[in-house]
Amino acid sequence: MSWFVLKQVFSYLKKYWFLLLFSFLFAAITVALTLYVPVLTGQAVDAVIGPGQVNFSALQAVLFRIVVCVGGTALGQWLMNVINNRIAYRVVQDVRDKAFRHLQVLPLKYVDSYSYGETVSRIITDVDQFAEGLLLGFSQLFTGVATILGTLGFMLSIHLGITAVVVLVTPVSFLVASFIARRTYSMFQLQSETRGEQTAFVEEYVGNQQVVQAFSRERKALEQFDEINRRLEKCSLNATFFSSLTNPCTRFVNSLVYTGVGLVGAFAVIRGAISVGQLSCLLSYANQYTKPFNEISGVVTELQNAFACAARVFDLIEQPAQSPDPDPAMSLNADGSVKIEHVCFSYVPDKKLIEDFNLSVRPGQRVAIVGPTGCGKTTLINLLMRFYDVNSGEIFVGGTEIRMATRSALRASYGMVLQDTWLKNGTVRENLSMGKPDATDEEIRAAARASYADSFIRRLPQGYDTVLSEDGGSLSQGQKQLLCIARVMLCLPPMLILDEATSSIDTRTEIKIQQAFAKMMEGRTSFIVAHRLSTIREADVILVMKDGKIIEKGNHETLLAAGGFYAGLYNSQFAT
Amino acid sequence: MKRLFIYLKEYRRECVLGPLFKLFEAALELFVPMIMASIIDRGIPSGDRGYLARMCLILILLGAVGLLASVTAQYFAARAATGFAARLRRVLYIHIQGFSYGEMDRMGTATMITRMTSDINQVQSGVNLTLRLLLRSPFVVLGAFVMALLLDVQAGMIFAVVIPLLALVVFLIMRFCVPLYRRVQEHLDRVLGITRENLTGIRVLRAFRRESNEIQEFDSENRDLTTMQLRVGRVSALLNPLTYVIVNLGLVVLLYTGALRVDAGILTQGVLVALVNYLSQILVELIKFANMIVAVNKAVASGKRIASVLEVPSGLSSGQKHAADGPAVKFDRVSLTYKNSGEPAIRDISFQAEAGQTIGIIGGTGAGKTSLIRLIPRFYDATEGCVSVFGTDVKEYDLQELRSLVGIVPQKAVLFQGTIRENLLWGREDASEEDLWEALRIAQAEVFVQEKEDGLDALVEQGGKNFSGGQRQRLTIARALVRRPRILILDDSASALDFATDAALRSALRKMPDSPVIFLISQRTSSLLHADLILVMEDGVVVGQGTHEELLKTCEVYREIYESQFRKEGAK
Repeated sequence: MSWFVLKQVFSYLKKYWFLLLFSFLFAAITVALTLYVPVLTGQAVDAVIGPGQVNFSALQAVLFRIVVCVGGTALGQWLMNVINNRIAYRVVQDVRDKAFRHLQVLPLKYVDSYSYGETVSRIITDVDQFAEGLLLGFSQLFTGVATILGTLGFMLSIHLGITAVVVLVTPVSFLVASFIARRTYSMFQLQSETRGEQTAFVEEYVGNQQVVQAFSRERKALEQFDEINRRLEKCSLNATFFSSLTNPCTRFVNSLVYTGVGLVGAFAVIRGAISVGQLSCLLSYANQYTKPFNEISGVVTELQNAFACAARVFDLIEQPAQSPDPDPAMSLNADGSVKIEHVCFSYVPDKKLIEDFNLSVRPGQRVAIVGPTGCGKTTLINLLMRFYDVNSGEIFVGGTEIRMATRSALRASYGMVLQDTWLKNGTVRENLSMGKPDATDEEIRAAARASYADSFIRRLPQGYDTVLSEDGGSLSQGQKQLLCIARVMLCLPPMLILDEATSSIDTRTEIKIQQAFAKMMEGRTSFIVAHRLSTIREADVILVMKDGKIIEKGNHETLLAAGGFYAGLYNSQFAT
Repeated sequence: MKRLFIYLKEYRRECVLGPLFKLFEAALELFVPMIMASIIDRGIPSGDRGYLARMCLILILLGAVGLLASVTAQYFAARAATGFAARLRRVLYIHIQGFSYGEMDRMGTATMITRMTSDINQVQSGVNLTLRLLLRSPFVVLGAFVMALLLDVQAGMIFAVVIPLLALVVFLIMRFCVPLYRRVQEHLDRVLGITRENLTGIRVLRAFRRESNEIQEFDSENRDLTTMQLRVGRVSALLNPLTYVIVNLGLVVLLYTGALRVDAGILTQGVLVALVNYLSQILVELIKFANMIVAVNKAVASGKRIASVLEVPSGLSSGQKHAADGPAVKFDRVSLTYKNSGEPAIRDISFQAEAGQTIGIIGGTGAGKTSLIRLIPRFYDATEGCVSVFGTDVKEYDLQELRSLVGIVPQKAVLFQGTIRENLLWGREDASEEDLWEALRIAQAEVFVQEKEDGLDALVEQGGKNFSGGQRQRLTIARALVRRPRILILDDSASALDFATDAALRSALRKMPDSPVIFLISQRTSSLLHADLILVMEDGVVVGQGTHEELLKTCEVYREIYESQFRKEGAK
């Protein structure tokens, strides 16, 4: 268990110091009262010595005190539990909030390099395990410690020798427990990792079940699943079994303590050093004294597991965030001009992708990016939108270097329609108003009409209030695309990025959309990753890209006349 | 729930032996207060040190044997629990894998994943705990009761009141909490949903600067989850204090009654101490039991959710028939209505495709093109009419065989984690190196695969993230070609390809040896010029079918599409 994780946990707890204080207070009261009951019981037993030797008035006084103590204990315990719940769940809420918040500022580089399933499992499953461990830790760790100390005090007040027996033997119990806990920590970690692996697998294969079924890969996929599953079973068995040894082992030590107290105590009674009632009190202490060790050891294994899980969340939270926005940020006057100067970029250092890229776009110009697939067109979007930062060089929008302005200002000046249509789980209306949350119904419908989405939306079961399930659910690819277009149509920023936006839409609709786009693009700078000749021909600048470089630049006529790569591409289309 | 226990059967031995060893250990524990009583009543008054030592030796022996029994029990319990969970995961996975498109749409991937992971984890720890404690605790409680009766009937009667009272309290609290645990899980599912969504849609969300809205939404769901957890917590936190009160009031009554009995000479002091010990044993066990029930209830709730997935019949049952003689694909008055949607997606469609032909399908968004081709490999069952492939109704086909005949390239180009080779081999396990390159060549993917440092063994990340959209599409086309399908379906699969690559692809497909029946969904008439049969679809209906020339004459919709494109693109 690393100090780092512990420190993190404490930093989250700090906020609840007030509640913690009360938790400790109630725990202390509860423990003190609980421990006083055996003393009283012992006194009661001593009032009952034998036939005709019962002191009823003393007995009644003792019994009354027991009733009061029990009432106090019960109330204290309940309050403590409620407070502990509050602390544990609030901390977990904070951790989750923070993890999610951090997710919003994590560089895409991180997000792209982990499977979604794994990240989800960190924020959900791991945090859940952490919650349970923390709760158990709270409800039992402090009371455990307090009980041990309190018992020690009460016992000392009765008999020194017997206390010595207890104090000398019980640490064995603790040693055993911590020995087991140390051994099982790595087992729990392995279990947690293997679980993550399985989640990622299920996410991938169940998420793309259609393909799995189309290729009758069920059996093969099952074999892969089985392999992970078998490993998980094995490491889970190890973790479960070895951690569950703690309890019987410490219990055995307890029975040794109990016996020891019985033996020494009996001798003490014979000598007349203590009464039978005090012996019975000591015996129940011996039980209670070792019980918290049990609990603590149980808690320790649970905490091991919880901390292993927490470590994975904290690892996510501690990932460096994207570089902060400059302060003060320069304002971004997005007039539509974009200037890219000497930009170099690659995802991995040793695989150069974009080298010394230069481009100057005047306001309102239409830039078509064409080239063989994989030539770096998507990468260009990543850079324009600042999903990734350039390695070197500069990009200016409206004369301002984009890293001098806020990301928000930059992204607000672009409308983006990506090739992968993504919709949010929510109503159609919510999806459309994503870029303009305060849009009126009329504006939303106007945008939908302009992108020819209105008619099919109205045919949906609840029209604009139809809830779209995960990933658009039953909508066709084309319909999803239409919604993505309408989404941009509503906010109409000064610059547009269209990534083969119209590729899945049928021609008749596409033509209408292109007309709408043409209207929308009027006076707006637009970057279009496209393969439709009509789009390309109408562009002011055509960038022909290959291997991350602009190999040709010009308009349709000049490029055709030049007879280069573009001309080759163009002619091949009509050769068929 | 019963459904789940079947999978525990294989661990019958563990499930019997585990609790048995636990009971043995518990029985040993019940002797302890009796031995203490004899120490107080016999050993102490007589001062017989030898007797005392012997008694203590017995106590240690009981502890040691108890330890062995307990460790054995834990082992069996852990084995049964983890083995059961592994089996359950497997069964659930197989079941989910059998779901058709329709069922997956309805239930959603995120739910499936929670069922597979955290729900099964809950069940696992529930089973583990149950095997260890379910029998042990009631046994100790009853055992203590019986022992108390043996010691003194009247004092035992106090136990007879305390125990049912305790049981009632436990029962009432449980009844309140269990439904709430289910709600907690539902809230957790929602929090999971948002998290997942924020990963899959991260680019769009950032482009629309939705970070703070998403945080707000997440915060509110997360807060609801916490509120729910706290509400359950407040009531379930009553359990320990209430049981503590009941038992200790019992203790007070016991002490008083005991005092009267001792005074009358019926009981000894030692027996009274033993009775007190039994009562506190009951408390300890009941608390354990209650905690166990909380965990078991969570497990049961999870188990029910898992069972409800298993109860959804996995849609399609395979027939036994094989390919016979007949047209490659024949639709006979076929309609399809998706579940939970009133309007049919396609209506009354009839056509016939012969071996070697290319069938083009063109039409508007939502016209039903994809629905139509999904019926061929039987991803859905037609609600009316009959789809037959090589003379056999698809519903009667051996499903494996049917799907092995069909190579499909879906709209969404999906690759799986692994290498390019592994992905291509999905098409056909025993494809040779040459077959793979041939498929890549036809799919226009040869060059970029060759350029990869590791060639076919280049790594593919989850979802094929390290390839561009166009590369992914070509690899999925190659994957379908590797299986040498007799029917090849391209569902607008070239949309991310540049026009030159698209053209080269089509020409390569036409030149393929023993060319399959090709279904080509496309938006561009130029892609379909050479098709033997073109189906023009609008609003789920075929509004025209024939060759390009025929349709130009007879089908207005087609002419409109063609002319618009011809004007735009083909002006030559």
